[in-house]
Amino acid sequence: MIEFIAGVFSSSNYWFIVLRSTAPILLVTLGAVITERAGITNMAMEGSMLWAALTGVIVSAATGSAWLGLLAGIAVSVLVAIMLGVFALKLDANQVLVGVALNLIATGGTVFVLFALTGDKGISSSLASKTLPTLVIPYVKDIPWLGRVVSGQNLIIYISVLAVVIIHIILNKAPIGRRMKATGENVEAARAAGINPNRVKFFALVISGILAGFAGCFLSMGYTSNFTSGIAAGRGYVANAAQVVAGGTAVGAIFASLIFGLTDAMATFLQNVGLPPELIQALPYVVTILGFIIVTLIRDRRELARKKKLFASTAGKTA
Amino acid sequence: MAAHTSSPHFSTGPSKKGIAGNIGLFFTDRDKLEPAVVTLLAAVFSVLAGVGLIFLVSKHPAQSVTNFLLGPFMRTYNIYYMMIAVVPLVFTGLALCIIYQLKYMSLIVDSSFYMGAVVATAIGVHAALPQGVHPAVAMLASGLVGGSIGLLPAILKIKWRANELVSSLMLNYVFYFFGSFLILYYLRDRNQTILASLPFKETFSLPKLVENTQLHAGFIIAAVFVILVSLLLFRTKWGYEIRITGANPKFAAYAGIPVASVVLYAHFISGFIGGVGGAVEMTGLYRAFIWQMNPSYAWDGVIVAMLARKNPKFVPLSAFFLAYLRVGADFMSRRGDVAFEFITLLQGMIILILASDRIVNYFKARRVRKAALKAEEVSLKIEESSPAAASTAKGGAA
Repeated sequence: MIEFIAGVFSSSNYWFIVLRSTAPILLVTLGAVITERAGITNMAMEGSMLWAALTGVIVSAATGSAWLGLLAGIAVSVLVAIMLGVFALKLDANQVLVGVALNLIATGGTVFVLFALTGDKGISSSLASKTLPTLVIPYVKDIPWLGRVVSGQNLIIYISVLAVVIIHIILNKAPIGRRMKATGENVEAARAAGINPNRVKFFALVISGILAGFAGCFLSMGYTSNFTSGIAAGRGYVANAAQVVAGGTAVGAIFASLIFGLTDAMATFLQNVGLPPELIQALPYVVTILGFIIVTLIRDRRELARKKKLFASTAGKTA
Repeated sequence: MAAHTSSPHFSTGPSKKGIAGNIGLFFTDRDKLEPAVVTLLAAVFSVLAGVGLIFLVSKHPAQSVTNFLLGPFMRTYNIYYMMIAVVPLVFTGLALCIIYQLKYMSLIVDSSFYMGAVVATAIGVHAALPQGVHPAVAMLASGLVGGSIGLLPAILKIKWRANELVSSLMLNYVFYFFGSFLILYYLRDRNQTILASLPFKETFSLPKLVENTQLHAGFIIAAVFVILVSLLLFRTKWGYEIRITGANPKFAAYAGIPVASVVLYAHFISGFIGGVGGAVEMTGLYRAFIWQMNPSYAWDGVIVAMLARKNPKFVPLSAFFLAYLRVGADFMSRRGDVAFEFITLLQGMIILILASDRIVNYFKARRVRKAALKAEEVSLKIEESSPAAASTAKGGAA
């Protein structure tokens, strides 16, 4: 068993799959990070991904261009995020319930549309949809082991890495990042400082919509080459858990989504050794919950230590 | 639950005036009546939206719409079918009423229901018990397992502040895979080509209410649970603690209510109901476990609980409405070209409307605004007549 796992970890094929499984989670986790920073929970990214995945397939099949498919997918995904904003911010709805509702609409709606177009409820294989290109990086591809992992991946994998950099810059360097932080921490204070909290929240939602759009299109136009019903498979929800593990930072999102990607890819390999696939499929979700608990435990302990220190220093002063 | 800004209002106890007094109160209390009207409008709107969607995609819209709206009543067996479909909706709806009274968001009742069905399957296949006792034992065991599962997101929330919706959704995947693992590896009938458990023992079945139909005694059990949960929430100390904790946890804590244990037992009871629901479904309707995928009644429970406005008394009504939609959609999709899944779309729309405080409280807000304008006019008039009086009036108002 240990030999087998060691063998898997040293195979470039495994790490190739790890990157593929991680990228969509990474994208939506970044979306969760940025919306949480602005003080709004986007629980509808699952729905965003579903609509993006379906729209990408339909538009690319209709126009023959994967790029137009991607663009349309992102547009629809952003629309879902904006709808969440309208209901949660303008109509005072419970944002979590709106997320649940939008996901339900997406789950049923995508199948409804798919059936109306193709007469099939499960898969879009009758549509001649396109896939997004893979990228072979010159020189890097010739590096012995690394080349086979890093090069030749789907375009979206590289975009997800780029997204980490962009979100990091937005959160930490751009003025809008400071406004987001202010809004997320204290709406009244932000408003007093002349910030329009709703505008900031909508901005964060749109960004998360774009990210979920990329993730959704990747699922149906790269990871696989079809739309299947329920293709998002809870990744949008995983993102909301991973966001906590990420500690609300873009760099943390890499590690948080890697936890999922590593186990997800491992599951593919473990299936070959005859372990029950049902238990293996549950593994990524179990690990996500565990990661979630461990991170909170560590953070609580740190907080406790900080308070003790603070208490000790003030006690020393008064004595 | 930062988004819950609506003022918490709950009745502190039933009126002593009897049923007539209650009804009178119900119709004069505009704060209660108006949201109920909006809820009704949301239901009507969803049906109209459904009709619109049918016209959009169907080649024979008139026939499809007729099947959708009248189908549930066109055949006798459809009426029975509706009554059978109500049963699981009532169980998950009741379970979620308790969770929503607490102002929690956990959806773990999906796991409770599914695992309840799995546990019932194990007992139905393997245990040798006399008629009547057999299903009862299964329900109890399923309830206990479902209740224990229901506790998990609450524990995660209390101990580690994990968002209960996120953790419950993760756990739902885990338990779904775990449950189908148990069925596949320990209970599977290997002679069947499709995935099915071994057949249940003869003793493991609920009596039928009507000869030659599928309508089973689970319908009665569901009705009993409606009464029990209503009593629990509105006539017992436990229910009172649940409602107070949901309305204002800080107040509850200051009043000496052990908030953490209230949250825990409420989740246990909710999960218990879900587990029993799973067992009832198995023993009443099936002769073996044949679910190829999770029926996910918890998502339907969300809408049942919301349409009932978290009040168990109205759960049967909203469950019937949902069952009507589902049976209609099923009848239509079998005879036409519209996918059954459009019902999920409608459900999402209903939740969207009902979740929006500004829509639900539209009339109330308008009334408050009018009253405020009137008050301002009055104070302006006072100001004109005597400035001193106006300033005291304003001071008093502030």
